[in-house]
Amino acid sequence: MSAAIEIPYVSRERPDTGLYNARLGVWLFLASEVMLFGALFSTYVLLRTGAETWPSGAEILNVPLATLNTFVLIGSSVTMVMSWASLQMQNFARFRLFLGLTLLCGLIFLVAKGFEYHEHLVHAELPSHSTFFAIYFVMTGLHGLHVVVGLIVNGYLWGPGAKMWRTDPTRFTNRIEVAGLYWHFVDLVWIFLFPTLYLLPGK
Amino acid sequence: MDTHHHAERHDELPFWRRYIFSTDHKVIGIQYGLTALTFLFFGFCLIMLMRWQLAYPGKALPIGFLTRWLGDARMPGGVMAPEFYNQLGAMHGTIMIFLGVVPLAVGAFGNYLVPLQIGAQDMAFPKLNMSSYWVYFVGGVVMLCSFFVPGGSAQSGWTSYPPLAVVNPTVSHSLFTGQALWLTGMVFLITSSLLGSINTITTIVQLRAKGLTWMRLPFFVWAQLVTAFLLLLAFPPLEAAGIMQLMDRLASTSFFLPSGLVVGGKALNVSGGGSALLWQHLFWFLAHPEVYVLILPAMGIVAEVIANNTRKPLWGYKSLVYSVIFLGFMSFIVWAHHMFLTGMGTTINAFFQTTTMIISIPSIIILTALILSLWGGSIRFTVPMLFALAFLPMFGIGGLTGLPLGLASADIHLHDTYYVIGHFHYVVAPGTLFALFAGIYYWFPKVTGRKMNDALGRLHFWGSLICMNGVFMPMFIQGLAGVSRRLYDGGASYLHAEHVLILNKVMSHSAWALGVIQLIFIVNFLWSLFAGRKVESDNPWEATTLEWATPTPPPHGNFLAVPAVYRGPYEYSVPGSKHGFLPQHQPEEA
Amino acid sequence: MNAHGTESVHKQAKIYKIVGGVLFAATAATVAAAEWHHLGITLGIFVAVLIAVFKGSLVARYFMHLSAERKLIYWVLALTAFFFVAMIALILWTHGDQQGQPHGIFTTPPRAAQPAATRN
Repeated sequence: MSAAIEIPYVSRERPDTGLYNARLGVWLFLASEVMLFGALFSTYVLLRTGAETWPSGAEILNVPLATLNTFVLIGSSVTMVMSWASLQMQNFARFRLFLGLTLLCGLIFLVAKGFEYHEHLVHAELPSHSTFFAIYFVMTGLHGLHVVVGLIVNGYLWGPGAKMWRTDPTRFTNRIEVAGLYWHFVDLVWIFLFPTLYLLPGK
Repeated sequence: MDTHHHAERHDELPFWRRYIFSTDHKVIGIQYGLTALTFLFFGFCLIMLMRWQLAYPGKALPIGFLTRWLGDARMPGGVMAPEFYNQLGAMHGTIMIFLGVVPLAVGAFGNYLVPLQIGAQDMAFPKLNMSSYWVYFVGGVVMLCSFFVPGGSAQSGWTSYPPLAVVNPTVSHSLFTGQALWLTGMVFLITSSLLGSINTITTIVQLRAKGLTWMRLPFFVWAQLVTAFLLLLAFPPLEAAGIMQLMDRLASTSFFLPSGLVVGGKALNVSGGGSALLWQHLFWFLAHPEVYVLILPAMGIVAEVIANNTRKPLWGYKSLVYSVIFLGFMSFIVWAHHMFLTGMGTTINAFFQTTTMIISIPSIIILTALILSLWGGSIRFTVPMLFALAFLPMFGIGGLTGLPLGLASADIHLHDTYYVIGHFHYVVAPGTLFALFAGIYYWFPKVTGRKMNDALGRLHFWGSLICMNGVFMPMFIQGLAGVSRRLYDGGASYLHAEHVLILNKVMSHSAWALGVIQLIFIVNFLWSLFAGRKVESDNPWEATTLEWATPTPPPHGNFLAVPAVYRGPYEYSVPGSKHGFLPQHQPEEA
Repeated sequence: MNAHGTESVHKQAKIYKIVGGVLFAATAATVAAAEWHHLGITLGIFVAVLIAVFKGSLVARYFMHLSAERKLIYWVLALTAFFFVAMIALILWTHGDQQGQPHGIFTTPPRAAQPAATRN
C-alpha cells in the first residue's frame, strides 16, 4: 500500500493526447515565457513611442559583436537538436559531442555579452542613463539569465545526468528533447531581441 | 519503463522527507492549507487593527501591550501613524490575496483534490509540486520580513502604483526596504504559482483515469484547469513589471518615472521618459485574471457541495463548462476597466466597457445554473451546504455591484471609493471565503477521518454571515456618498462624508465580532483534528466523485486499485440504484 | 515519436543543418537590411520584424518540431499568441487614444515636450 508510486506517461506517450508529461509541461512553461518577454516587448514599444528621440542600435551598441553572438546562438540551436537526433540514432558519443558544442557556444555567448556590458559600464552607460539603456539591460539581462539556466541544465545532462542513458534511455532522450525545446526558445527570443535592440532605426 | 531510480517504500522515509519535504500532493496540499490559513488570519488581524483607526480616528488604541509592542514609530502615543496605516492597508491586500486565498484555493484544495478527483496517484510532477510550496513559503517569509526593515513594509497599496511606490517612503537604493522586499516576494510568489499551474494543467490533461472523458470531469476540476491557465499566462507580465519597478528603485532606471518628477522639493536624479501607466497596464493585465483565480475554485467547491447536498445532478453542466472556459478567455481582455479614470479616450474606454459587460454573462450563467440546481432537490442543510447556499446571494451582490463599476460613466463617481471595496469584498469574503469554509467542512472527514463539530459549525456560519454583511454592506452607502478609499481618517475630514461617518463604527465593530467568531472555527478545526467524531465510512456524505473512493485518509498513491470511470460526476437519485446514487468508479450494478 | 527509423532521423539531421544555414543567411540579410537607411523608419521596422518572424518560424517548425506537434500544443500556443498580441495592441491603443486628443488609435499623441530623457 505504501510502495513508491508510478506516474504514468513519463517516458511513453498517452495515447489520446500523444504526449508524454514533460513535453506538455515544457510547452506550457514556454507559453508563460512568451508572456514574460512579451511584456518586455510591450514595454519597449510603449517607451519608444512615448519618447521624443530614440537611438538606433548602431549609434550606441556593439552591432558586430551582437551579430556574432546571433550566429553563435543559432549554431548552438543546431548542435542542440543534433544532440537529440544523435540519441535517437543511439549514438551516445555524438550526443555528447554535440551537447558539448552547445555548451561551448552558450559560454561564448555569455562571454561576449559580458564584454559588451563591461564596455557600457566603463563608459557610464548604465541602465539609469536612459530608457533605452534601461530596457536594453533588462531585456538582454533577463535573456542572459535564461542562457545561464540553460547552461546549468545542459551541463547537468552532459555530466552526471547522462548516467540515465544506461538505465532508462527513452526517458533520457525525452529529457534532452525537453531541454532542447527550452534552449531553442532561448534562441527564438534572441532572434527577436537582436533586431529590436540592435538593428531598428532610431527616431 | 516508468520506474523511479529509488523505489523506496513511502512509510520507510524519514520524518523530514515524509512531512516536510514531501512530494506527496496530499501532504503538500495540507502544507499549503495550514500556511494559507495562518496568513489569512494574520491578514485579518491587520485589518482589525486598521478598523480601530477608521472608527476612532486619532484615538489611542486601548490595548496597552499591543501598542507597546508595535512601538512609537508605528503607534506614537497609541495613535496609529499615517505611514503605518498605509502599511497595514497595502499588506492586508497583498497577504489576503497572494498569501491567503490563492494558496488556499489553488495550492491547498487544488493540490489535494485534483489528483484524487481524476483518479491519479499524484500530480504529474511531484518534485516540482514540492518546490512550488517552498518557493511560496520563502515568498511569504520575505513579505513578513518587510514589516521589520527601516521605513516599514510596502505602503503604496497592494497595487504599488509608481511613481509613488518607487519613492515611498524615501528614495532608497537598498533592497531592504518594504517596497523592494514586496517586489522580491512577488517574484517568488509568481514563480510558485507558475510552477503550480504547469503541474495542474499537465496532471488534468495527462493523468485522468480510464473512462474519465472531458465532459465527465467534476466541475471543480474544470474550474481548477481554467484557473491554472489564468495563472500561467497572466502572471508573467507582472513578473516583468516587478523586475522593472525593482530596477527603478535599486538602479535608478525610469521605466515608470516620467520626466520632471520632483519629490520632497527636490528634482529626482533620473533619466525620466518612463510611463507610470505602463505599470498599471502590466499590473492589471495580471490582477484582473487574478480575481477570477480567486473566484473560480470557489465556484468549483460550491458546485460539488450543492450537487452532493441536493442529491441531484447539477443543472446545466455543459453550460457551466462552456461558461467557465469563456470566462477565463474574456478575463484577459477586460483589465483596463481598472483604469477608466487615467485619461483614456472614449473609444478605448468603450472597448473595455464592452468586454467587461460581456464577461458578466458567463458569470451570471454559472450563478444561475448553481441556483437552478437547487430546484427540485432534496436539500440537506449540512454545514458545508449552509456556506455553499450563502455563497449564492453573497456572490450575487458582489457581482451585481460590479456592473456600475464596469460602466465607464458610472465609474467616474464610484472609482476609488468605498463602493469598490464593498464590491470586491462581497465577492471574496462572503463569496470565496465562504466557499472555502464549505470545502473545509466538506472534505475534512476525507483528509482526517473525523467530522468537525456540527453545532460549532452552524454558530460559525450564522455569526460570520451576519458580521460579513455588517462589515461590507455599509461600504456601498459610504461609496455612493463619495467617501474615498485608503483615507487615513475614514473620511472624517470631509464634509460630504459627515452623514455616513457613523457607519465606520458599525463596520469596525462588525469586523471585530467577525474576528471573535472565527475563533470558534479555529477551536473547532484544531479540536476536531484530535477529538472529532470519527467517520464510519470512507464516503460519509454519500458522494459520487472519485476522491471518496479512497481509504480514509488516502494513503500514498491514493487508490487501492487503479480506478476506471463509468459515468458522469453527479449521478444522484438515479432510479433503481441501490443506495440512491451511483459513484463514478462503480461498474454498472448487476 | 521514438518510432522514427534511423533513416528518417538521418534525413531530419540533414534538414536541421540546412535550416541552420538558412538562419545564418537570414541573419546576414537582416543586418544588411538595417544598413539601408533609405528604407525609412516604418519600412525598416517592418522588414526587421518580417525577417525575425521568418527566422523564428524556422526554429519553431524544424528545431522545436512544431510542424509535427499535437493539436493540444497548437491550441495552447495559439491562445498565448492571441493574448500576446492583444496585450501589445491594447496597450498601444490606450496610448494613442487619450482624452482631449483627436481620435487617434495607434498614433502618438502630440505631447508637451519632456526634458531630454537622459540622466546626467
